[in-house]
Amino acid sequence: MGSITLKNVSKVFGAHAVIPSIDLDIHDGEFVVFVGPSGCGKSTLLRLIAGLEDVSDGEIIIDGKNTTDLPPAKRGLSMVFQSYALYPHMSVRSNIAFPLKMAGEDKAVIDKKVEDAARVLNLTDYLDRKPRQLSGGQRQRVAIGRAIVRQPEAFLFDEPLSNLDAALRVNMRLEISQLHQQLKTTMIYVTHDQVEAMTMADKIVVLNRGRIEQVGSPLDLYHKPDNLFVAGFIGSPKMNFISGASAAAHQAHTIGVRPEHLVLSKDQGSWRGTVGVAEHLGSDTFLHVNADGIGTLTARVSGDFAVTHGDQVFLTPDPQRVHRFDEKGMAIR
Amino acid sequence: MATLHTRSAARLMIAPSVLLLLAWMIVPLALTIYFSLLRYNLLMPGMEEFAGLTNYTYFLTDPAFFQAIFNTLAIVIGVLFITVVGGIALALLLDQQMFGQGIVRILVIAPFLIMPTVAALVWKNMFMNPVNGLFAWLAKLVGLQPFDFLANAPLFSIILIVAWQWLPFATLILLTALQSLDEEQKEAAQMDGAGAWSRFVYLVLPHLSRAITVVILIQTIFLLSVFAEILVTTNGGPGTQSTNLTFLVYAQALLQFDVGGASAGGIIAVILANIVAFFLMRMIGKTLEA
Repeated sequence: MGSITLKNVSKVFGAHAVIPSIDLDIHDGEFVVFVGPSGCGKSTLLRLIAGLEDVSDGEIIIDGKNTTDLPPAKRGLSMVFQSYALYPHMSVRSNIAFPLKMAGEDKAVIDKKVEDAARVLNLTDYLDRKPRQLSGGQRQRVAIGRAIVRQPEAFLFDEPLSNLDAALRVNMRLEISQLHQQLKTTMIYVTHDQVEAMTMADKIVVLNRGRIEQVGSPLDLYHKPDNLFVAGFIGSPKMNFISGASAAAHQAHTIGVRPEHLVLSKDQGSWRGTVGVAEHLGSDTFLHVNADGIGTLTARVSGDFAVTHGDQVFLTPDPQRVHRFDEKGMAIR
Repeated sequence: MATLHTRSAARLMIAPSVLLLLAWMIVPLALTIYFSLLRYNLLMPGMEEFAGLTNYTYFLTDPAFFQAIFNTLAIVIGVLFITVVGGIALALLLDQQMFGQGIVRILVIAPFLIMPTVAALVWKNMFMNPVNGLFAWLAKLVGLQPFDFLANAPLFSIILIVAWQWLPFATLILLTALQSLDEEQKEAAQMDGAGAWSRFVYLVLPHLSRAITVVILIQTIFLLSVFAEILVTTNGGPGTQSTNLTFLVYAQALLQFDVGGASAGGIIAVILANIVAFFLMRMIGKTLEA
């Protein structure tokens, strides 16, 4: 069905290789998230799969067929854009019906499919409105509706939630995950937000400067990052990196400790420091501690650990959960 | 304009310009209406007398009047058709990436910067002249009889000249509208399986509708009063074949020295322009509101 394979795919703009060379396997029904900092080539990669950009080299195989030279419409994929890209002069109904109309489907069939999609997405009451009369979340759902009526091999999402406010983003995240459970279609989702990646993905592809840094399940990436980049990118707040004598004690060039894996105490521990800023979230407190001889460390403690600015604390890393890296930034296992 | 105070201050401030504009409009209008009711001929100075509506009946029953109405509408509709269709086509072409884009765009805009008289004379003498014109030369090159455009198809020739002048305006407005079309929408349509023609019909044309409305509105205002092009090329002729309402009023006043009749013609032109404007606004006002 919707398996996608990239073989040696590269993309060059002028003299600049945005994507040097990528191999990737996406299995049918998987929810894959491309995540990385801005400019890492994740959107370009998605557009290459969609066919909106031509590959400079390599092959894109969708559902066993080589689609490298096929136009976007022939690849059997649907895409949801960051700006939703709804057709402003058409009603919601016509927007959702557009791909079917272009495919030359029967009027009755179109009507039925549009009604079905609208029911799934709770849009039935809005079918005759224009996109500008809808809220951000509703527009988002129309864009998704337009994508699902074609019953594609796979869905492509290009940062679909970045234009929504924080509360709505959490809701839509959930809705997209539920949609994936319902449809069981392959989905590729591009985001720069590691929280979205962690919460939604079956498989995360971490990209940096056009290269794949690591591919794996969210918990794989969290527990066993391959290198410094992945370790720093996945997890919030960011992992603390410590080099020098403390790292040498663990036979590594750099060690990484996640804020949640630092044990805090007021009277004893491996490293001593003073609390710079304490961010109280209620359930947790994030402490920015200036540790002597190490630098600033972020620690995550339970919300009832009472400290304020200027207090002296001791930190001890959980020895089971210290990540070790060599000079090249690769993980030592 | 939040408070009563600022509102009355604002009224006071704009009052001078409003009064000036009002006088500027009312005085000529009142004088024209007054003249249109007089028997007023420049060849018989001092003989003005009240004539009632004679000038109007005279002007309205003149066979040239109906010809002029037809010609006026033909020019407006003909030029609008050519400029809107041609403007969309040119805008689509200019929107493509190409070598020397900036220079080409300036060249396309150039005709709009040329004075109407100059443009019309260039067309008359360099292109349409049956002896020395470019078209005559082309015709002779393929062994055809040169065609005397201004004598045999005067109205068509004028429409052609005026359309050439207004094409850049339409192109410019439509091009800017075209460039504001969201790239992602085009890509979405591409993903949805729309070919180039479908994208044009379902995406580009609806997007351009407002710009087309603007082009039609603005051009109609100016095209109702085309004058210079007629004066320097055909002089309204042969006969009255290329006389529009503006030119007819001019001929009445300054060729036949009949100020009264011309004033009546002017008032009729004002009324007709208002009728056209009324229908135009009703027809396309909806597009502008949306």
